[in-house]
Amino acid sequence: MVETQRISNHAVEREDVPGALTEEDVRRILRSELERASTSDAGTKAATFIASKGTLDWAYPPLILATTAAASGMETSIFFTFYGLNIIHKDFERLLKVSPLGNPAMPMPVPMPNLVLGLPGMGPMATKMMKSKFQHRNVATIRELLDSAREFDVRLIACQMTMDVFGYAPEDFIEGVTFAGAAAFLAEARRAHLTLFI
Amino acid sequence: MTESNIQANTVLDARGLLCPMPVVKTAKAIKELEPGQVLKLIATDRGSIADIPAWAQTTGNELLEQHEEGDDLVFFVRKAQEA
Repeated sequence: MVETQRISNHAVEREDVPGALTEEDVRRILRSELERASTSDAGTKAATFIASKGTLDWAYPPLILATTAAASGMETSIFFTFYGLNIIHKDFERLLKVSPLGNPAMPMPVPMPNLVLGLPGMGPMATKMMKSKFQHRNVATIRELLDSAREFDVRLIACQMTMDVFGYAPEDFIEGVTFAGAAAFLAEARRAHLTLFI
Repeated sequence: MTESNIQANTVLDARGLLCPMPVVKTAKAIKELEPGQVLKLIATDRGSIADIPAWAQTTGNELLEQHEEGDDLVFFVRKAQEA
């Protein structure tokens, strides 16, 4: 209240002029506009995700978070780098696997030593088991998540440098992927309210 | 079991779908509605109990009501006016 009196009163508090806004009015309008802008204006919120892992279990988090962010009105992009390129590769169904080897966090029906898990066939079996568990529980497939992401205009960006190092060509990737380097990505992440490295 | 007397313009059946699909499908379905129209969502994903209210708050759409009917979670969302 002390501040009100210090403000020069030629701009506001002209109560002699009909229809003039008081300072209270201005504060109230400002507050309600800001609230309205922050809840419903999608342009105020941007989200970026960096997807750096290329196994099936790690493909889900960036895709789920990004589709949900986009469905919530956020301007969303995913930057796929290193093994994350597997997720947007045309052959993602074959490339995305899981390995039980050296993966102590993976739930196993029976405890098995790494020596056994390293035997031929164990890896593909683990991938098959995980995929069928997802199907049984009706989890969205990677394909469905990629389709939903593109439907909600999530930008899928492939790291140009990783492509150069591993020898990928633009034609190797699914429809809708664009290409960028670190500087271009950071220019976007800088504006984002939320950036997650996955 | 509560019977709701809210009239919905569309019903979206997302039963059996897991996160993030209930929210993603709701967002998609709401795009087709006019501002002021109501969407009824039926889901079984327990995550929706927190997800749908949070999504509504982030997008500015109004969650009119939410209740459970047995295993089903029922939500009524009204599309907000365009900014």
